[in-house]
Amino acid sequence: MDLQPLFEPRTMAVIGVSLSNDRHPANVIYYKNHLRYPVKVFPVNPRGGVLQGERVFAHISEIPEKVDLAVIAVRAEYVPGILSDCIQSGVGSAAVISGGFAESGRADLQDRIVAIAREADFPFVGPNCLGIYSPTHMDTFFLPSERMVRPDPGNVALVSQSGGILVDQMIKFAEEGVGLSRAVSIGNKALIEELDFLNYFAQDTGTKVIAFYVEGFGQREGRDFVLAASQCPKPVIVLKAGKSSGGSRAVSSHTASLAGDYETFSAVFSQYDGVVEAKNEFEMVTFCESLSCYQRSIEGKVGIVTGSGGHGALAVDVCSEHGLSVPPLPEKAQNEIRKNLSSSVQTIASLGNPTDLTGSAVDDDFVFTTSYLSRRPEIDCIIVLLLPYLPGITSDLGARLSQVYYQEGKPLVAYVPHVEKYRMLIEGFELSRIPVSPSIEGAVLLAEAMRRAKPC
Amino acid sequence: MLMTEIKDILSASRELGWVLEPEAKRVCSLAGLTVPRFTWATGVDEAVRFAQGIGYPVVAKVVSPHVLHKSDVGGVVVGIESDEKLGEAFHRFSQLNGFAGMLVEETLSGVELIAGAKVDYQFGPVILLGMGGTGVEIYRDITMRMAPLKEKDVESMVRRLKAHQLLEGYRGSEPVNLKELTRMLVAFSDLVMEIEGLIESIDLNPVLCSSRRCVIADARIMLITENAPNVPGIPK
Repeated sequence: MDLQPLFEPRTMAVIGVSLSNDRHPANVIYYKNHLRYPVKVFPVNPRGGVLQGERVFAHISEIPEKVDLAVIAVRAEYVPGILSDCIQSGVGSAAVISGGFAESGRADLQDRIVAIAREADFPFVGPNCLGIYSPTHMDTFFLPSERMVRPDPGNVALVSQSGGILVDQMIKFAEEGVGLSRAVSIGNKALIEELDFLNYFAQDTGTKVIAFYVEGFGQREGRDFVLAASQCPKPVIVLKAGKSSGGSRAVSSHTASLAGDYETFSAVFSQYDGVVEAKNEFEMVTFCESLSCYQRSIEGKVGIVTGSGGHGALAVDVCSEHGLSVPPLPEKAQNEIRKNLSSSVQTIASLGNPTDLTGSAVDDDFVFTTSYLSRRPEIDCIIVLLLPYLPGITSDLGARLSQVYYQEGKPLVAYVPHVEKYRMLIEGFELSRIPVSPSIEGAVLLAEAMRRAKPC
Repeated sequence: MLMTEIKDILSASRELGWVLEPEAKRVCSLAGLTVPRFTWATGVDEAVRFAQGIGYPVVAKVVSPHVLHKSDVGGVVVGIESDEKLGEAFHRFSQLNGFAGMLVEETLSGVELIAGAKVDYQFGPVILLGMGGTGVEIYRDITMRMAPLKEKDVESMVRRLKAHQLLEGYRGSEPVNLKELTRMLVAFSDLVMEIEGLIESIDLNPVLCSSRRCVIADARIMLITENAPNVPGIPK
């Protein structure tokens, strides 16, 4: 089944536009693509007519060009017929936005559209979904453009069973500067499911990281998914909803009681390198951010550079919670660093790792220490905890530290408080694709993501 | 063919929904797992003869299709030192609902582990390893993997247990035989892969692991049944 037309259609039909209600989801989808994307869009309504000066086609077969993608937003009972029409007219794929299928007791209707599509080897996403967001190409989300927050185009593909969570994750991606290659809301995933998108994005050259929000897999589908993910050359991140067990179902064995749905999910996902379970939304966006910058694996031997002993101590706590080590620096190495620090901090800096350069440190002290630690064999990742309010620190430091990474090649992640006045410092990192977190814990999770990713 | 005999035992228990302990042990034994020396005695003389043969102390357990959770009904006696005590146990058990004999077996020692299996809806057969005994659901020190297991999977499962030091020899205690544990879990996983279509879950609990061997002291095999399993004593 060829999923390409779902993501890169040149032509698109929006079936179900209303001639009387401009807030109809189909109208929102039609307008946003017509006005703002390069894809060529054709509105369809059986009554025909004219919508804002454009001809409305009464039937999909009347459209004078080959249609790559049909967006179907009509009442559920009309969907089987329309799907058949699309197949007959040689349409390449469909996004079924309409609800009213298995999720509301009409599994029969859902089975029918699956049977129709299977017979014709015709791909459709949904039903009961937002469909596809393909930055710079098109999007089938029925949300007015001005209401959405759009992350920059980038290399993370997001696949979500929930449309709402997907749109929310996009807001978080935008906030954290994580770039998106594609976003898919798969809804009831009647025909195309997680595994199909995993296989598609594994081949997609624009995607380097594949992230999933999963509510549940079908029978045995979790097994197939995790085995495929473990073979995938790209990091796969999964956030699972439904962690608490579903009530007090009586179970007859200890094993059945201990191996609940989520416990099994979590254990199985931790079994394979390169398949990373995010425990919550924050881990999800943080892991995506890290692995979108670094597609590599580390053992997790962290060097911490900071201007505050407290920041260093908290970071060490989080490291040890996550199984990352903070190896002590030998005396000789400490002396080497000390010699090169500015005179005001030479006597007061504490350099055992975490290296606390103190509140009197200047940019040069951070740059030297970070370079030095980058060359140490006992360290495979550097976490820089920056306090932009210190008088000796300038907004150039982000860009300068990024340079250190490009010279030394050791992964570098940073913490900078995310407020507007520190934006230049943050962008100094982010424009060079160095991930920055708004919290100390997040900075440690940036490193943790690399520890859990498999070697590429 | 061993697998045929295993499947025969399981099929015969299908209506009950689970497999009586002596038969569950027979299944384990056929699959190459180590079980204690045991007999399924239907009379006191038979029990005594067996106990004298293997030597006291012995363990006695009730066998009854109505008793899935034996300790809940006082259906387990450990540390039996004499013919008299063994006879007493037999008479007490014979009062229990559905009495179908008494299991007499050798006394084991070692660290108590649980090895479990479940056929998960989303992931298929998974194997569980944890610190075992009756407190298993209190301590919840467990780790799980999708079956089939390879030898190196077992190593990493052991490392993931909080109590892994207890297995590796803690403060002068002898380490358990990890090679035997590995052999047992891999054989168990192979068995589970063969019979996954018939089972719902399995508890081997406890498995007593010493520096010499890992022996399955109790085995509970829950079967897939067409109707709700016929499981007595489960709180509704």
